Amino acid sequence: MKSIEELKAIRDKALKEMSIRDNEDKIRIVVGMATCGIAAGAKKVMNAFIEEIEKRKINNVSVSMTGCIGVCRLEPVAEIIEANGEKTTYVELDAEKVRRIVAEHLVNQKPVTEFTVGAAER
Amino acid sequence: MKDISMHLMDIAQNSIVAGASKISIIIQVCDIRQMLYFEVIDNGKGMEKDFLRKVTDPFKTTRTTRRVGLGIPLLKQSAEMAGGELRLDSEPGKGTKIQASFKVDHIDRIPIGDIPGTLTLLISANKSITWIVEFKYKNADFLLDTDQINEVLDGVQIDNKNVLEWIQNTISQGINSVFGGVLSEVD
Repeated sequence: MKSIEELKAIRDKALKEMSIRDNEDKIRIVVGMATCGIAAGAKKVMNAFIEEIEKRKINNVSVSMTGCIGVCRLEPVAEIIEANGEKTTYVELDAEKVRRIVAEHLVNQKPVTEFTVGAAER
Repeated sequence: MKDISMHLMDIAQNSIVAGASKISIIIQVCDIRQMLYFEVIDNGKGMEKDFLRKVTDPFKTTRTTRRVGLGIPLLKQSAEMAGGELRLDSEPGKGTKIQASFKVDHIDRIPIGDIPGTLTLLISANKSITWIVEFKYKNADFLLDTDQINEVLDGVQIDNKNVLEWIQNTISQGINSVFGGVLSEVD
């Protein structure tokens, strides 16, 4: 099968690069993926995080999904959890906001206050 | 929900929360009955008979944040409005099988949607789960098993960007080769 050969080639290339990559994830991004999140467009948000992190070659961040975070009317929701356990909850997300969050929060370490749950609840 | 891929994301989430280590997703078209079947089978903790009977009721849920659960009721609605039905089979400690059927040519049948993208996300965000994906129509059969992929990968993580791209392309090709010309939304 041709595609298995392709997969093997991908593996060999990845093995070469692996030593360079820092495999320890320090920051976690968790996207709410329950019925409420999905209906509001959480999949696009998650893809945007993955794409943007890849584009900027940020290595110490992992993206995962969880169930309902509890504020369905503010979906899509994502949490950024720092290595020290500090948590920022971003709400009403879209791909454009995600790009700003990656640039300002992850790269420059300045949370985007206006997109947080605190700002939305005010 | 506007397509099956969104239901898939939703229903698979139930399996993950139920602690499944193996989740199978099967999409098949039966030529004789002209029906599309969408199935999710897991080996999670399953449901008691009593709960199973009530699970299509939106006011029945395991969630603790609020008392309304819409995932299964919405899938049931999508199936029924396209001349199909929802079937649920579950045994405590063994797992759950959920099947939604749709009349292929029914005007209200939702399209399958971005199945490759959804599956790739599910696989990348739940690496410890064995995912089995199957597409079937007549003699055409597509099968993807993440255990087999991990075997080939030999230590390389399955959420490596290039691996995920390969997975997404492979599933995409699988859909085209099995359902091309069979489902109106697939070329």
